[in-house]
Amino acid sequence: METSILSSILFATVIAGTPLIIVALGQLVAEKSGVLNLGAEGMMAMGAIAGFAVTLHSGNPWLGVLAGMLAGAAMSFLFAVVVLTLMGNQVASGLALSILGVGLSAFIGKPYESEILPSVGALRIPLLADLPVIGDALFNQQALVYFSWALFAGIVWFLYRSRSGLVLRAVGESPSSAHSIGYPVIRIRYMATIFGGAMAGIGGSFLSVFYTPLWVEGMVSGRGWIAIALVVFATWRPFRVLVGAYLFGGVMVAQLFVQGSNLDINIPSQFLSALPYLATIVVLVIISRDQNTVRLNAPVSLGQPYRPEA
Amino acid sequence: MTSDAAEVQALRLELGGITKRYPSVIANDDVSLTVRRGEIHAVLGENGAGKSTLMKMIYGVTKPDAGEMKWEGQPVQVDNPAHARSLGIGMVFQHFSLFETLNVVENVALALPGNPDLGELSRQITEVSNRYGLPVDPGRLVHALSVGERQRVEIIRCLLQNPKLLIMDEPTSVLTPQAVRKLFDTLRQLADEGCSILYISHKLDEIQELCHVATVLRDGKVTGHCIPAEETPRSMASLMIGKELPVPEHGAPADLGEVRLQLQGLSKPSDDPFGTDLQGIDVELRSGEILGIAGVSGNGQQELLYALSGEVPVDDADAIVICGVPSGRDMPDRRRLNGMGFVPEERLGRGAVPRMSLTENALLTAHQAGMLRYGMIRFERVAAFARQCISDFNVKCGGEDHAANSLSGGNLQKFIMGREILLAPKLLVVAQPTWGVDVGAAAFIRQRLIDLRDEGTAILVISEELEELFEISDRIAVIAEGRLSPTKKLADTNIDEIGLWMSGMWDAPVDNGGQAHA
Amino acid sequence: MLRLERRPEASQMMSYASPLIAVVLMLIGGLLLFSALGKDPIEGFKVFFLYPISDAYGVSELLLKATPLMLCAIGLAVGFRANVWNIGAEGQLIAGGIAASAVALYFYEAQGAHILILMVIAGAIGGMLWAAIPAFLKIRFNTNEILVSLMLVYVAQLLVSWLVHGPMMDPDGFNFPQSRLFDDSALLPILWEGTRLNLAFGFAISALLVGYIFMFRSFAGFQMQVAGYAKDAARYAGFSAKRMIWIGLLSGGGMAGLAGMSEVAGPMGQITDHVSNNYGFAAIIVAFVARLNPIGIFFASLLMALLYLGGEQAQQYLALPSSISNVFQGMLLMFLLGSDVLINYRVRWKEVAA
Repeated sequence: METSILSSILFATVIAGTPLIIVALGQLVAEKSGVLNLGAEGMMAMGAIAGFAVTLHSGNPWLGVLAGMLAGAAMSFLFAVVVLTLMGNQVASGLALSILGVGLSAFIGKPYESEILPSVGALRIPLLADLPVIGDALFNQQALVYFSWALFAGIVWFLYRSRSGLVLRAVGESPSSAHSIGYPVIRIRYMATIFGGAMAGIGGSFLSVFYTPLWVEGMVSGRGWIAIALVVFATWRPFRVLVGAYLFGGVMVAQLFVQGSNLDINIPSQFLSALPYLATIVVLVIISRDQNTVRLNAPVSLGQPYRPEA
Repeated sequence: MTSDAAEVQALRLELGGITKRYPSVIANDDVSLTVRRGEIHAVLGENGAGKSTLMKMIYGVTKPDAGEMKWEGQPVQVDNPAHARSLGIGMVFQHFSLFETLNVVENVALALPGNPDLGELSRQITEVSNRYGLPVDPGRLVHALSVGERQRVEIIRCLLQNPKLLIMDEPTSVLTPQAVRKLFDTLRQLADEGCSILYISHKLDEIQELCHVATVLRDGKVTGHCIPAEETPRSMASLMIGKELPVPEHGAPADLGEVRLQLQGLSKPSDDPFGTDLQGIDVELRSGEILGIAGVSGNGQQELLYALSGEVPVDDADAIVICGVPSGRDMPDRRRLNGMGFVPEERLGRGAVPRMSLTENALLTAHQAGMLRYGMIRFERVAAFARQCISDFNVKCGGEDHAANSLSGGNLQKFIMGREILLAPKLLVVAQPTWGVDVGAAAFIRQRLIDLRDEGTAILVISEELEELFEISDRIAVIAEGRLSPTKKLADTNIDEIGLWMSGMWDAPVDNGGQAHA
Repeated sequence: MLRLERRPEASQMMSYASPLIAVVLMLIGGLLLFSALGKDPIEGFKVFFLYPISDAYGVSELLLKATPLMLCAIGLAVGFRANVWNIGAEGQLIAGGIAASAVALYFYEAQGAHILILMVIAGAIGGMLWAAIPAFLKIRFNTNEILVSLMLVYVAQLLVSWLVHGPMMDPDGFNFPQSRLFDDSALLPILWEGTRLNLAFGFAISALLVGYIFMFRSFAGFQMQVAGYAKDAARYAGFSAKRMIWIGLLSGGGMAGLAGMSEVAGPMGQITDHVSNNYGFAAIIVAFVARLNPIGIFFASLLMALLYLGGEQAQQYLALPSSISNVFQGMLLMFLLGSDVLINYRVRWKEVAA
């Protein structure tokens, strides 16, 4: 394979993996506190339409990203009220959020379906971008790609080096113990959930403002669900989320692989499009087989409602 | 200083008229209590008397509906546990509030204000642990610690804040008798240094040994104060329950019949990464006897019970032989068909479905007694069975269509036990038969077990309460670290020996005084 | 301030009342939504909720729309009661539609009652096979069935897309992504003259009856309920977790497959790449609003069908996108989950301690 083709495949992989990183890391923080939010798909969809609409009207893509973030945060706040304050079933409420988010975004987005946004230029890092093969892929990217790396570093520091991160992990492991010691479990979970929603919103707006600068109903196409699966596959460890996201990114741009390899096989496009979903199933099977690792790393209280007796 | 002021100085904590109401019960009703400096003060009462609720209010976990609290002479309202800790109140919970995937230092740090340096904290932990005889390694992950070690972490966590009042909630339920002695030494040392201790327990002999004064709670009210050294366990018990303590009639065991249960080399790695593996368990149980298995929690009891009931089958069918049938691989329903009954430790959620009615809960295991026809349920028959269970076993409830979670712990336990017993099992396995159950129901349950034995059933009781096992067992053994000790007739042993065995030391040579050498 | 206080025992009355509360809240939310969009709320209410059923034909359309919802929802409810979360009914519906279409196209231009019977069987089996994948993976590898069944929805959509662009495409169809129109022998007979309401409605009602007997009178149904309420108690009683996963997923898959068959052999009369209008997901909402109860499913399916039809009316008369149906559906579910808190908790006005 020629290096220029390899380079463009790497480039496409990084871009494709970026929204997954952002959304999955946000999910990871929320899940570390014990909250399982299956509404990622809906939050991303709302983030995407909010980002698109605001960018279109204001002409500023960064306002769009901000709008996307707020949309995701608002959706997750709704979810948090239902599951944390009203103690609704987390699985069902997450599904409801997904359905609501996808439906609401389709509804709001109808008038925007034929619009196109101007594409935003990449942020090139001098010198490093001149490296062969990886230069373009890693250092001549959209700003949000660099953001995703900063997010990763920030979350690793937060979870494992900061006091608040320690408290968060404690809450996720045993909310009753944390409560006995005096930590505000519900408030901490609210914050973690809203953070997760904000990240999902940013991820969604990345899709509609930078990745394919247009809006189409259903454009999130399951990425929210894949991000959730990614957190499980990574057994709640941030570095593995990073690696997994890029692996999935690669699967998503599989078509480029096929074209670039000069193989003369006629694979139907639907099959290539189905690869990410099949790959998700495969990685879930792989990780579920190792029950011990899952049990040691999964936040113990994940998905269970916490009922304060006070 | 005037004598009045000195008197006031010595009063560390005063509670006046404390009341706390919940929707279905008044947990504390006009409770008043005084704790002096350097005093070990027992709060005595049976399960459900309101002891834990009272402590939670002192520690700021909940707030009273009425009443006032004074700390060192000043009126105070404790807003939350952090506030309590800043006042100088520390609490060691009955169910530890520790985080298993974090290490000791991180666990301690979480209970301290601010952001302490972990290295410095490690040093302090070691210092305190040496000073009070509570050895613990700061770097270890909590899930790798034994129950006794975990309690030490809880205590050290409190001690690092220089408490003036230490609340201990049922601290000895997870300790061997020897470990209890050591704990008492630590507590006396603290009291001598001026720290006050509130000691919550229902264990009368321990309170007699350790505590200076006792306040007795019953049904949320204070029913008396006493000085334990001047009382007998019986007199304190009657203060606690308001009437004479019923004593089960043990009677003489009947002639032993056929072998109902055989465990042969039962070994199984635990499913739980934090659990205990079973190793080569051998024991035999005959019709007409009660075998008690003692042990500190976390030594393989859970795994043994799962293997016995069939909830987690083992690979070797011969490892567990029930009434002559190799059953190691069988599921619970098959084992019931072969004559086994099982009363688990968890009532709500395992022995009974909380949301379902008693009738439906009867169907859970009794369905083999002619309640199904072509796979369809015959509801009248199930209801009749449930009614019989309720009346035969004195279950106080609103009726057989009331939900299981509307019953008190003792009544639900009586129902579950009744359900299993009414199925006339040849072998009955019971875990923690009277944990969390009020004294009256506990005595009833123990008597029924003895009666059942007299009718020929083989009974296996696994319990963490040594007193209970010594009351009802014919033979006794100990499980420690997944291994089972040899069995001994009750008359041939005593609490101290069994206590020693609970540390796993049944192979150690014993001298004439009954002391083993490690 | 307002506080939630735990009830001593769960309120039976509230578990019936809370879906009704949710519906009322949804209506209020809808009125607010119409206002916010610049439409007269009363007009909006009329167009959305009343126009669709204002004549006999409208009622027949309501029952027709409700049919796949009833079929899917009762199948899903059997599984949900046991905490088996089949989220992939949409994909199983498509799989059933594909299987039934394959039979129809194989027997193209043949006659005989056996064709329709085979299509019914094929539809159900197709859906069951699609649901067997998450069931097998869960039992063998403990893989989460929510994610697997959901991923298979996307796969099923892509599969049918490939089929109607290729192997199943109508050779005389000008390259449109659709199959041949089915013969009469491969279409479900009409029940109500002059309408599109077909035999599948009869299947749906029968399924509700069978579901009722299974859930409330059979021991197997009891076992599944125990597994849903208290997993450890089910294990304690010796109820086979494996069997319940199979029953839970295959019932949903089979019914969804049957619903898929009823779509291609009914109002569509062929297979296209738009087999389902999100019925599989709407059925999840139906199952919840109905409290997993067959009687409730009947009424909730009608309500959900009305929401679908209302969206179409809104598009025509109020110039609003038909996806407003999805907004109503999502609102309904969220409100239901929120008002469920009243089953176990009371709202009280409590004085904050001074």
